[in-house]
Amino acid sequence: MSWTALLPLAAGSYALKAVGPVVVGRRPMPAGAIEVLELLSIPVLAGLVAVQTLNSGGELVVDARVPAMAVAGVLVWRRAPFLVVVFAAAGTAALLRLLA
Amino acid sequence: MTGADHRKIARTAAAIGIATGTYGISFGVLSVAAGLTLAQTCAMSLLVFTGASQFAAVGVLGAGGSAAAAIAPALLLAGRNALYGLSLVGVLRGRPASRAAQAQLVIDETTAMARAQDDAATARFAFLTTGISVFVCWNAGTALGAVAGRGLANPAALGLDAMFPAAFLALVAPQLRRPGAPAAAVAGAVIATVLVPLTAAGVPILASALGVVAGLVAPRRASG
Repeated sequence: MSWTALLPLAAGSYALKAVGPVVVGRRPMPAGAIEVLELLSIPVLAGLVAVQTLNSGGELVVDARVPAMAVAGVLVWRRAPFLVVVFAAAGTAALLRLLA
Repeated sequence: MTGADHRKIARTAAAIGIATGTYGISFGVLSVAAGLTLAQTCAMSLLVFTGASQFAAVGVLGAGGSAAAAIAPALLLAGRNALYGLSLVGVLRGRPASRAAQAQLVIDETTAMARAQDDAATARFAFLTTGISVFVCWNAGTALGAVAGRGLANPAALGLDAMFPAAFLALVAPQLRRPGAPAAAVAGAVIATVLVPLTAAGVPILASALGVVAGLVAPRRASG
């Protein structure tokens, strides 16, 4: 990859990140718009969780990540601390792969 | 915001940074293997600073694709950062130059951490702490992987690929108390899952934003 290809990628990535903080910035917005924007991150992060759990190169796959997420789900529901949740999930997946 | 809150956020940010750094190592290894120089590999992590996009770009290049073929999927995956930036408009304050610098830190991890907090000041602290932690670890990991090469780390063997969705689940869960949030989250997850085998990488997560409609309709139905 040449620098002339890398720099447009960097510029494009930055432009996307800057839409909210730079372009919209501190402009006053109608209350309805703020309500929608504040809710926006929730379905997107939920979609991210689903994709990170089930996607493998564009296919839906059930592997060690699924039982790991079941463990994480129970711990989140039981209000376990953040670090307990993530290490339990990683440990479950690592252990299952070690045994497989 | 108490000192205990600060410490808890800092601990979480450090853990996310370390996990991200491990992925940074594998990015560095893959990037050099795909033919990028050490300088280009490090520059990409500094300037692009979006893990999924970077992996997609070097994946295409490693498979012999052109630079143009590498940029398109990378930007599609980066598209969600625009949605994150919009959802953080109320959190990212300061002068235009300060907001322009903070924009580089708008990614999955910083958004999830910021939106998991109850007030704007705490959200801002969580955003910056997580952003700096991930930025430092991701770039250090990239350099280490690019220099030291293969065999340094295998994130999947450590279960780190399961660590990320678990982390995002833990960060989204407290936000589900908001009116409409459970419906929006379920709709977003369903949309993304259905689209995984049907669309290009990046589209499922972008389309999950449409779940916001379910969130806006649901509470009105419940109250009406």
